[in-house]
Amino acid sequence: MKELILLKSGEIALKGLNRGSFEDMLIKNAKRSLYKLGQFKFYKAQSTMYAEPLEDGIDLDDALARLSRVFGFAGICKACVVEKDYEAIREAAASYLREELEDAATFKVTAKRSDKRFPMNSPEICRELGGYLLERFPHLRVDVNNPDITVVVEVRDFAAYIHREQLPGAGGIPVGSGGSAALLLSGGIDSPVAAYMMAKRGITLTAIHFASPPYTSDRSLEKVKMLCEKLAPWCGKIPLYTVSFTRFQEEIKDKCPEDLFTLIMRRQMMALAETIALKDGCAALITGESVGQVASQTLAALRCTEAAVGELPVLRPVIGMDKEEIIGVSRKIGTFETSILPYEDCCTVFTPRHPKTKPRLAELVRAESVLDIEALREAALEATVFEQIW
Amino acid sequence: MREVYLDNAATTRCNPQVARLALELMTEDYGNPSSLHRKGFEAQRRLRAARRQLAEALGCREEEVIFTSGGTEANNLAIQGAVAARLRLGKTLVAMATAHASVLEPLRYLEKQGHTLRLVPPLPDGSADEAALLEAVDGDTVLFCSQLVDSEVGTVAPVAGLSRAIRRKNKNVYLHCDAVQGLGKTAFSAARLGVDSLSVSAHKIAAPKGCGALYLRRGARILPLCYGGGQEGGLRPGTESTPLACAFGEAAALALGNMEENSAHVKELREYFVNKLVKIPGVCMNSPPQATPYICNLSVPGYRSETMLHFLAERGIYVSSGSACSKGAASHVLKAMGLPPERVDSALRVSFCPRNTKEEIDVLCEALGEGMAALARSGKGK
Repeated sequence: MKELILLKSGEIALKGLNRGSFEDMLIKNAKRSLYKLGQFKFYKAQSTMYAEPLEDGIDLDDALARLSRVFGFAGICKACVVEKDYEAIREAAASYLREELEDAATFKVTAKRSDKRFPMNSPEICRELGGYLLERFPHLRVDVNNPDITVVVEVRDFAAYIHREQLPGAGGIPVGSGGSAALLLSGGIDSPVAAYMMAKRGITLTAIHFASPPYTSDRSLEKVKMLCEKLAPWCGKIPLYTVSFTRFQEEIKDKCPEDLFTLIMRRQMMALAETIALKDGCAALITGESVGQVASQTLAALRCTEAAVGELPVLRPVIGMDKEEIIGVSRKIGTFETSILPYEDCCTVFTPRHPKTKPRLAELVRAESVLDIEALREAALEATVFEQIW
Repeated sequence: MREVYLDNAATTRCNPQVARLALELMTEDYGNPSSLHRKGFEAQRRLRAARRQLAEALGCREEEVIFTSGGTEANNLAIQGAVAARLRLGKTLVAMATAHASVLEPLRYLEKQGHTLRLVPPLPDGSADEAALLEAVDGDTVLFCSQLVDSEVGTVAPVAGLSRAIRRKNKNVYLHCDAVQGLGKTAFSAARLGVDSLSVSAHKIAAPKGCGALYLRRGARILPLCYGGGQEGGLRPGTESTPLACAFGEAAALALGNMEENSAHVKELREYFVNKLVKIPGVCMNSPPQATPYICNLSVPGYRSETMLHFLAERGIYVSSGSACSKGAASHVLKAMGLPPERVDSALRVSFCPRNTKEEIDVLCEALGEGMAALARSGKGK
């Protein structure tokens, strides 16, 4: 029995004249996600895409799991392909979904007939097939409201397809369709979630991490790389810039007032990130800040850190989310376990005992003026390491 | 005298490439993976690489792999750990009567603690009696242990189908699968088998002894057998044996990579062997034809297993009289299959590895023939 994967595109179906280029990008991303599994043929018709395995022995469940992380699909499912003939359809439905039907207590049939040349209309298909399945599986009952399994028949251009209810896709629009932006990736819970949310809106990511060896360890850097790896199924491969921030932090600690440490540090991080982002061709910065979560994320503090950025917009997709909500997403995308590994990161080095929660910009600028910022920035950029993480 | 090693289900010769890797982990990257410094970090990276290799071979995620000291510990951890976490759900434990001692004994221990144990005998050809196994599961059942490949006769159980059927009957049952003899010999994916846990052992696939692993499905809950520094997710504390784990990972990757080629070769060996055996009158096969080609169980009625085994060993040929773990006791598997005593007492297990050759089979068959002649003449073995 021939099997393939049906992919229903979501939002991009609404795009006007650009729809074609969105779809091409989506197919490219989908292909890339299946690259490791083997050869697939992709084609599209009527806002549905088809991923057809070209080799034997490809694990379609694995393919399904991978495709469920590709942004741009509203729904996906594994389906069996039958010729457009009712006899064939009903036999295929009974054999293809046999195990599931045996396991279920209640079921319903839904049908979609986009090929209007097919002699039976949708209600007729439902009625006939429902009756036939009841005969074949006498333990089943029909429940149209809350069935254990829904048998879906789609009579389309090329053939008829039989499958179970579709799984939700990742939603959003294809990564790559929204330009690129630089993510400040610390290694905590929030920044990977921010990455996921912006990738969902089609943005290609570049990650920037600030490391302060020996205050931060190799493990902490490894953790960041692991986060990039875990994000890759959703966001595509992520180039990672690791900025050496040690000198900067030591200078700040030496010369600036303690209650402003974190803010000065963050301002400098933003400024450095912008320089790297502009060089990399990014059109925005992304952070995982959420209002009021810590002292450096109060509105007053955000205003001060944002002022350090010259021209790029700073996107903060989790700004209005509670920690619990952020953790929920983090668990869903699989970064939580890595995020909570207990290694010191550059934000926790030299934390002031009482950080200022209502800083004023002028006060910060004055405090910073004792630093030789140009030279420190130059040195930090000089020591920046670039890596491609897959 | 040339050595003909045909007892690969008992243990295998360690692949020199794998042994070198273990040595490297002992003498160079010898750090403790939990140490914060670079030496420890390097060890942790090596361990992670090994975990990935094993996850690939088992068809699961790397965080679902727990390294243990071997198959026995993996089975004990799963069985005792799962039952301890389910004391309130029920008391009945179900397993195949042909299971390995490292499954049966913890079950018997739990039986002494007040659990009800149901052991289901196989069909006469040694294969799993699916209907009876399913019948044995009821609303009080908390644990079901299957064995992917039987260690004595080599039958392959339909674990995926069983798991589904059992779950349908009682969704609370914890499903454990002993896949020690399956790893590298038959293609499977732990996730696809639908089990909660699955045990494997390193020394059956040309890695050193003293290492094994438990696949534990993400979300499946068990309690640890010992407590300590929280390694392996707190389920198997104690400093990780990086040399053995890395050797295991490497061996698993090699076995996975060469699985098709190896299987084809061993299948050819088995066919060759079976065709030669039918020409020796008085020898009968105990393994059914659909069993894994890696394990051939045969009987030479009239000649006691042990006598024949020693006769062969004197000629440098090594086979076993059943599972090596039962140390010469009559096979519980063959008994459970309902074979007559003279077949059980004269059983020999010949188990292949991909390095074995047809010439070695010739040597074995010739020696078997000589043995039957010599031992009969001397009047021993009757």
